[in-house]
Amino acid sequence: MEKNFTVKSDTNLWQRLDMDVERFSAVPGILTGAYQDIFLSQSNRPAAMDYFDSMVENIYTGRIDEILAAKAEGRPVIGTFCVYVPEEIIQAAGGVCIGLCGGSQLTVPDAEKILPRTICPMVKSAFGFKISNMCPLFQAVDFVYGETTCDAKKKTWELLDRYVPTHVMEIPQRKLERDKRLWIEEVKDFKAAVEKVIGSTIDEGALKQGVATLNAKREALQRLNGLRHHNPSPISGRDMLLIQQIAFYDVPERFTEKVHALCDELEIRCQNNNPVAPPSTPRIMVSGTPMAMPNWKLHNIIEKSGALVVNEESCIGTRYYKDTIATDGTSMDDILEKLTERYMKIDCSCFTPNDDRIDQVLTEYRASGAQGLIDYCLQFCHTYNIEAVKLREACEREGIPFMAIESDYSPEDVGQLQTRIEAFIEQIQG
Amino acid sequence: MDIGIDLGSRAIKLAVVEEGRLLSSMVVGSSFEPHKQAQQLLDSYQPRLVAATGYGRHLAQKHFAQHVITEIKAHALGARRLFPGCRTILDVGGQDSKVIALDTAGKVVQFQMNDKCAAGTGRFMEMMAASLGYSLDEFSRAAGRVGETVAINSMCAVFAESEVVSLRNRGVAPEVIARAIHRSIIDRLGTMVERIGLQGELVFSGGVARNRVLVDLLAQRLRQPVQVPEAPEIVGAYGAALHLAGIP
Ligand code: SF4
Ligand code: SF4
Repeated sequence: MEKNFTVKSDTNLWQRLDMDVERFSAVPGILTGAYQDIFLSQSNRPAAMDYFDSMVENIYTGRIDEILAAKAEGRPVIGTFCVYVPEEIIQAAGGVCIGLCGGSQLTVPDAEKILPRTICPMVKSAFGFKISNMCPLFQAVDFVYGETTCDAKKKTWELLDRYVPTHVMEIPQRKLERDKRLWIEEVKDFKAAVEKVIGSTIDEGALKQGVATLNAKREALQRLNGLRHHNPSPISGRDMLLIQQIAFYDVPERFTEKVHALCDELEIRCQNNNPVAPPSTPRIMVSGTPMAMPNWKLHNIIEKSGALVVNEESCIGTRYYKDTIATDGTSMDDILEKLTERYMKIDCSCFTPNDDRIDQVLTEYRASGAQGLIDYCLQFCHTYNIEAVKLREACEREGIPFMAIESDYSPEDVGQLQTRIEAFIEQIQG
Repeated sequence: MDIGIDLGSRAIKLAVVEEGRLLSSMVVGSSFEPHKQAQQLLDSYQPRLVAATGYGRHLAQKHFAQHVITEIKAHALGARRLFPGCRTILDVGGQDSKVIALDTAGKVVQFQMNDKCAAGTGRFMEMMAASLGYSLDEFSRAAGRVGETVAINSMCAVFAESEVVSLRNRGVAPEVIARAIHRSIIDRLGTMVERIGLQGELVFSGGVARNRVLVDLLAQRLRQPVQVPEAPEIVGAYGAALHLAGIP
């Protein structure tokens, strides 16, 4: 009854993209195996997951064809690494926005030939994918837009620029009025950079349309996450993480529609009392640094240890969709200001102070019906790691079982993580 | 009669328990196929139930154990039964070390494990003893013979080894170096305990707790007595057996 699933290959396409075809050819097989083990081994999955499965099957082929077709029409294809880069503007220009954060150990050794070992694996992985020509999405972009959030990223952009045109958007580190002014200027520069590629200006109508499209996408994800909070949950944490990862490379309109279709199914499942796991299953919320595709390590361990992940307070998670943009802006300046206001609500630990995030975590914790919080920190991510101190304190105050995990993409620590997570589940169960 | 079995990275520990009382226990070095070895050990008993803990717990469940619990919970149960006032446990095993905090009722509220690194583990002790040409016993006896010490700064096994070599080349007596290593381990373990916040009685478990010098240094560092069970290495296995008590 195992479903037929294969991540597809297309060597001609990869050749055209100047990839290391020989080395890359092994990747679809590896991903297929991992996906079968982690996702298809689950029982009672929602039927509407079929679409998201197919998005994984087509990640190196069909989706790339679509992106190249858009490019052939003169639409800009822009890679990003952070949820602070305003997608709405790319959408308004008819462009394609692709999240390029790396979530695989595969290319970390490539990156370590150049970058220091002691930096975030997400940055190393992404950089490694580019310099070794091992990611078709990366090969397909016209240019990438980095930002000045953490040190690892902003200094890596200087080096990445040698391999692919890399623009950098300055993100302030505080949220005062003067920071907002700086930020608006940066948003305008970003818009100008995109306009240069398309050779025309983005008008109010187009931008409003872009805002509406992304608002709709974020609202769909809000609806989905709300349904998932239903206790007992109708969908697994693994599937939820996957959908939130696919949000970074799918076509927004289609993605929105498919998420709603899934939501409709989940609503029925909730009514019919058809949960994905027995009601007694312990519920765990995860907070912290993003988990980029195919980083499924933590969720896989948690759920295979018999618990369910019920929320991700993360950029590949609620930080991406918890806020939408007010739509009452009329003039260009007005719309851009509203847009910036939305982006200022993102509570990344690169900001100081960032106490709003602590409150946000507690709010989501309550909404999700979780029984414990695991804070996930990618190794060498200092800002999230230090902020975990405040999270721990808040959890102690609220009587929330808390555990901080620092990990990278290597399989070395899986045994130890398993023990810690099982012990955490025992702790929750009392 | 219930049996708790702790399949650790370096040794297998077994505890036979009847109505909460420890009847007998056993510690053997683990071989290449620990679950087979464990099964042989079990063959001489007719336990009602078997609970496994430690790194090999899931393998044990596949083959013979009806129940599994983590080392964390097992130590909490075992230490608490031996020392009812216990609120903090420091367990130093072959490959890892951990600190567990309990609430007044004995429930685990927090724990920390030493990740990915040999520092502050039994393995580290062995490596350091070997670098001085001592057996483990000689190593702690040597450290107990001197009061003075030099500083060993590195807790990384590789770097610590080269520090030892350079101290020896400077003519520092091996006893003094041995004491310095003990002290550096206690610095590391003491910090782990303090990070979690020491409360109530502290129980030190794991084979490493047989080392009197470490126990004394730890008590000095934390400024409070340190409780060491009679057989510190079987606390986990004992706890696993106790876990079975309520299970029909
Ligand atoms: S964690 Fe911070 S830097 Fe990383 S993607 Fe999110 S907002 Fe950007
Ligand atoms: S996880 Fe942390 S270190 Fe890594 S890119 Fe994001 S902010 Fe930077």
